[in-house]
Amino acid sequence: MADNAKSASQSNVHKWVGTRQVRPDGVDKVTGRASFGADLHAPNMLFGKVLRSPHPHARIVFIDTSKAEALEGVKAVVTKDDICDLPSEMVPAGEMMVNYRDITRNVMAREKVLYEGHALAAVAATSESIARKALSLIEVEYELLPHVIDVMDAMKADAPLLHEDMITAGVEPAPEKPSNVAKRVEFSQGDLEAGFAEADVIVEREFYTHPVHQGYIEPHACLANVAKDGKAELWCTTQGHFVVRGHCAKLLGMDISKLRVTASEIGGGFGGKTVVYLEPVALALSRKSGQPVKMVMTREEVFRATGPTSGAHLKIKMGVTKDGRITAADGLFHYQAGAFPGSPVQLGCMCAFAPYDLEHVRTVGYDVVVNRPKVAAYRAPGAPIAEYGAECVVDELAKKIGMDPLDLRLKNAAKEGTQTVYGPKLGPVGLVECLEAAKAHPHYKAPLGENQGRGVASGFWFNIGGESCATLNLSEDGSAHLVIGTPDIGGSRASLCQMAAEELGIHLDQVHPIIGDTASLGYTFLTGGSRATFATGMAVIEAARDVIDKMRERVAKTWDIPVDAVVWEHGYARPASSNAGAFEPLSMAEIAAMANKTGGPLVGHAAINAQGAGPSFGVHIVDVDVDTDTGHVKILRYTAIQDAGKAIHPCFVEGQMQGGAVQGIGWALNEEYIYGNDGRLQNPGFLDYRIPVCSDVPMIDTVIVEVPNPTHRYGVRGVGETPIIPPMAAIANAIEQATGIRFNELPMSPPKVLAAIEASKAPVADAAE
Amino acid sequence: MSKTKSHVATNVNGNAVEFLCEPQQTLLDVLRDELDLTGSKEGCSSGDCGACSVILDGRLVCACLVLAVETNGHRIETIEGMAEGDSLHPLQQKFLEHSALQCGICTPGFLIAAKALLDIDPDPTETQVRYWLAGNLCRCTGYDKIVRAVLDAAAEMRAN
Repeated sequence: MADNAKSASQSNVHKWVGTRQVRPDGVDKVTGRASFGADLHAPNMLFGKVLRSPHPHARIVFIDTSKAEALEGVKAVVTKDDICDLPSEMVPAGEMMVNYRDITRNVMAREKVLYEGHALAAVAATSESIARKALSLIEVEYELLPHVIDVMDAMKADAPLLHEDMITAGVEPAPEKPSNVAKRVEFSQGDLEAGFAEADVIVEREFYTHPVHQGYIEPHACLANVAKDGKAELWCTTQGHFVVRGHCAKLLGMDISKLRVTASEIGGGFGGKTVVYLEPVALALSRKSGQPVKMVMTREEVFRATGPTSGAHLKIKMGVTKDGRITAADGLFHYQAGAFPGSPVQLGCMCAFAPYDLEHVRTVGYDVVVNRPKVAAYRAPGAPIAEYGAECVVDELAKKIGMDPLDLRLKNAAKEGTQTVYGPKLGPVGLVECLEAAKAHPHYKAPLGENQGRGVASGFWFNIGGESCATLNLSEDGSAHLVIGTPDIGGSRASLCQMAAEELGIHLDQVHPIIGDTASLGYTFLTGGSRATFATGMAVIEAARDVIDKMRERVAKTWDIPVDAVVWEHGYARPASSNAGAFEPLSMAEIAAMANKTGGPLVGHAAINAQGAGPSFGVHIVDVDVDTDTGHVKILRYTAIQDAGKAIHPCFVEGQMQGGAVQGIGWALNEEYIYGNDGRLQNPGFLDYRIPVCSDVPMIDTVIVEVPNPTHRYGVRGVGETPIIPPMAAIANAIEQATGIRFNELPMSPPKVLAAIEASKAPVADAAE
Repeated sequence: MSKTKSHVATNVNGNAVEFLCEPQQTLLDVLRDELDLTGSKEGCSSGDCGACSVILDGRLVCACLVLAVETNGHRIETIEGMAEGDSLHPLQQKFLEHSALQCGICTPGFLIAAKALLDIDPDPTETQVRYWLAGNLCRCTGYDKIVRAVLDAAAEMRAN
């Protein structure tokens, strides 16, 4: 495996794959020309606004919209009556599953409002200010109900129930009484008790995390236009317009074929734009008013009503022998789902100890509803929380047995053949290579000053494949338009075009990408699960080979030789050997120019369900400086190391690693949803929900490790999600080294750090108070 | 609803521009909704994210915090005016070369903010760049490649 990594990274035999090119959509994005969700206008367009609940939990007694409807300029008002009530049906959304019964209630409250910010009516008017005024005219009578915000409180027997009929799934026999626990999951292998009996040292710790928001800079936005005959067009910012089409058609009782969805450029998503919020509402308003309706969320709405990821409580217990063999690992995870079931706790249970080759493992998870916005996927959903706890405990184990934390990880590292707790054995993976790269990195040996510490942590994420289509339309001049269906969220157009150019053997400038709408391409699953470059990449490669085969056929006809006697090399059709005949090679441009005479237009196509995604491991090293007067933690130096399988466009791979690391830094040090006792979010804006800014962070060094994924032509694994997993534990471990204090709650914000430092300095008698 | 609209005469990207606006409309509202200059983005409407950064009489401002009526008689530079004809500003070019953008929603704001910096300081340190750009949020890149692109553009502009 190590040799593979070397050969892949040291010799680049490719012309485009593995090179750093200017992205094809770059000029549009640096000149302001690129069109994002809120950038489109339509003639005769209305503006839609949503009425949201001010209460965290209440029964809706009645909604009276008559005064709003009577306001001049108001063209439509919708409530739950304009959205279908749907029965329970689970459908995939990224790596997570969503239930139509819940989506329809989240988009528009039916019986109850379940969180502050829950939508319960919407208005379309000729101006935004009229729409806002109309919202204030909608009368709602609420029957207020007690609410519950904390995950452990929600599990108590006397907790207020969000869903009065919810019986915990995954428990035998099924509980008789309803509760806020939607589901229990368990994964296990080996004999836990025997494993812990072999251990010389056992560490058991509890951890708390708070919900954090994806924090994409572009708020949700869309423009819906429903014609009189029921045909509809929807423009929206989304990670997956085919998924939006399916959801909206279902929620509105429309034929899926009558709805065409076009993905705008997307201003960040990180998992948060895999579900629908405004889109079905805008369609309902447009259907009712007969006019185009544009809706754009405010930042406050984004925070209050769209998915953060779960806050959680977790308990991790691990045992190790004196010589550094981890003998057993046990994890208990309670994840907040928000107002509807569906936290990523199952994924957390699968990932928690995945960086280790363990015989005895158990993970148990609980999916718990609380009166908060329904969580949405956020970059490796579920994994950062679970692995944060595990990676902190591993650090503590290393300290207790006096072993270097990277050595302990190396000694127990998951590798090819490792039996995972969630089922399969791992194929070729690059964790050992990442750990070795970390050990060898100058960062790991650099000196540290007073109040400074260094931490490391590993991260694991599965990555996914799934449905992708690609079409290559050859123009008369031999250039190609590449139609794909995965919205480009971070440079995937570039990597996909590079693979197409590589296969075709033409110049990258000759490949022109376009994100096709839902009517122009077959079903393509969303951009998520780190799948775009992997799965759509496979489709692009297949489409390229398809059109190459067609060109070979045309040339074979022209030369009057068998198609097998025509090979494709570096953008030319050539005779396979001198036996095939003496023909001048034909370029793609020449073949395209004679297409009409040889059989018509040349188009390559592929429609696949990509299998064999390769897991991506990462290891991060961080140095911190802790200000003992203020509790402020400064990131001094940061190195992110990750197995990309193959970096098609190394700049964008580095960008994923750097961006994920900095999101993790925010999660570790600052970001959290803060609720008052009234169940209302107190920091729904970027001033008080503080994501890292430029001056908070240093340069983020990167090391790309390449252990190829054997199922992908170029070895691609997918890289987008893994980098957000290690930072929280790495930083907690670094702070522990700097201060001697182990923080078991995120974020490690200045007030908490300062209080802990002061408590550690205080005389014992005071500290006990 | 009867409202009195104000007549405003400004200069946007070197062109004389006149518009009518309501008193509560921000410069960002007018740029995007009245003048079809949608390159300036709305990320927060509270001056926290910098996606709507424009240069007003040589000063970097958030267009969401400026009332449109206040711009009467003033000069506004937006992302749409940054390239000269077909030739990109060195900052735009360096952002492309360094892959300093992923989703691209914050990019116009960063470019304008960086231009405002280089207009007054052609040779900033990394720390100066980081603090100057601290009013612009980027959630994708971790800022590394943005800072490198700005420093590289500054070096190139000094050399030319």
